[in-house]
Amino acid sequence: MLTNEIIQQKLTEKFGEALTDWQAPYDMLTFTAPKDLNLKIMQFLYDDETLKFRFLTDLQAVHFPDKKGAELAVVYHLHNWVDNVRIRFKVFTDIQQPDVFSATALYQSANFMERETYDFFGVNFVGHPNLIRILNVDEMDYFPMRKEFPLEDQTRIDKDDEMFGRGKY
Amino acid sequence: MSDHILLPEGSIEKQTTTLNLGPTHPATHGVFQNILELDGERIMKATSTVGYIHRAFEKIAERRPLYQITPLTDRLNYCSSPINNMGWHLTCEKLLGVTTPKRVDYLRIIIMELARISDHLICNSIVGVDSGAYSGFLYVMQFRELIYEIYEEVCGSRLTTNIGRIGGFERNFTNTAFEKLEKFLDEKSGYPAQLKEFENLFNRNRIFMERTIGCGPIAAERAMNYGFTGPNLRAAGVDYDVRIHSPYSSYQDFNFTIPVGTTGDCYDRFLVRNQEMWQSLSIINQAYKKVQEFKGAEAEVYHADVPAYYLPEKKDVYTKMEALIYHFKIVMGETEMPVGEVYNSVEGANGELGYYLISDGGRTPYRLHFRRPCFIYYQAYPELVKDGMLSDAVITMSSLNLIAGELDA
Repeated sequence: MLTNEIIQQKLTEKFGEALTDWQAPYDMLTFTAPKDLNLKIMQFLYDDETLKFRFLTDLQAVHFPDKKGAELAVVYHLHNWVDNVRIRFKVFTDIQQPDVFSATALYQSANFMERETYDFFGVNFVGHPNLIRILNVDEMDYFPMRKEFPLEDQTRIDKDDEMFGRGKY
Repeated sequence: MSDHILLPEGSIEKQTTTLNLGPTHPATHGVFQNILELDGERIMKATSTVGYIHRAFEKIAERRPLYQITPLTDRLNYCSSPINNMGWHLTCEKLLGVTTPKRVDYLRIIIMELARISDHLICNSIVGVDSGAYSGFLYVMQFRELIYEIYEEVCGSRLTTNIGRIGGFERNFTNTAFEKLEKFLDEKSGYPAQLKEFENLFNRNRIFMERTIGCGPIAAERAMNYGFTGPNLRAAGVDYDVRIHSPYSSYQDFNFTIPVGTTGDCYDRFLVRNQEMWQSLSIINQAYKKVQEFKGAEAEVYHADVPAYYLPEKKDVYTKMEALIYHFKIVMGETEMPVGEVYNSVEGANGELGYYLISDGGRTPYRLHFRRPCFIYYQAYPELVKDGMLSDAVITMSSLNLIAGELDA
């Protein structure tokens, strides 16, 4: 049985104090890593004969505007299909220089997911073969999922839009 | 000479033809664009463009209370929206720590498996259409209609169902719903007989076999690397299924097998989907039996007790103070969620459909991400069709079961 303790122990042996913020919300082991270690960690998790995390389930980013110097978090979800264990880890990056190494060399599936993350958060994946916008229009010059772009206030009345029942009554 | 249309620079030397397949070509069954480099009819290179119907669901979800996000999930894979809805409810329930009664789980399984059947039958019959066999499509279509009637009986709508609530269903299943279900499950006149006939049309049909065997194959290793899940992965020979690996909604109470293929080509994907429909039928039968075993007051249970999220009955709203308060708070979206970070996945009709929800204790999610299976496996498409014929590209696309709504979120 591969338990969260074993994974944590293995990773700490390998990477020491670099990995922080160990948690297990809803039984999924979660930790934070320095951003230049992300590929090394994934490679280690892939190669290690006990860990065998060889499937990249999901990759996306989260924006925390209040964390100065570490505004963007890239979140990786990995899955070990042999023992059926999932883990999650995050790397934080400065929004001024959001460079994170691309996982495309290890996982082909990271290609679109990283493009999507770039498209919505502006994370620059270093080493990605084709880092262009994917879901938004190519001409867009901002990253819409960042928190500085709030959705329209549904109660606003300054907009004259008879079709949708707003504005002049 | 001057009357001739001038060709672009370099095009005389260019030995290949560039062809836009899509975005509005009828053979692509949705808004997909592929720029193909053709040598004669052979595909040298394909470049996919996605995002034509992107609707910013993840952004919209950041302003909505949980129950208002359910209609957004409908519009991901709209061929099997109940699975998306249930997956979302299960995610919320995981975040809130709600356990649902067994009867609710079984009813959900009935609906989810019906959705899986309706999705697979569309996909497989479209593969038939694309290979030139139209009648199979018409055979099974009447049963999709019947499935939609069952949805309609349960929740009131057909395609974008918005079925269920956090904690269960909006109302108990009526007798009509069960009658329709029995009609659907009937061995002689129901879907099993029709599926058998459908299989007779295709499975050993020489033309169909010639057309699909070896078309768009992928090896298991590559499929895993490309993030394949669902029937497409299983056709390549990997028996990964979320229903077995991380059972949700009491799937552990059921007996079923996971069909796997070997080569991952169109034919294997077709067979795997057909077999999955048989498995789904068996699961529905088992679930229906289990549902019938509930008697008396137990047979009236159709939701869990989560007053803060489950909309109270209208008659209670008018007569009970508490129900009125909860009704108001739910409708106005004024319920604060617990802080948490949760990833939950269900076996959608075309793979692992995941929901990654971060809550900061507010009324709406801080961040919600949908892991959309077909967005992830679509990137293998250029590799699948490379060195194949143009007509194989069309059939490969339909056999991958790409749904534009899910692809573009």
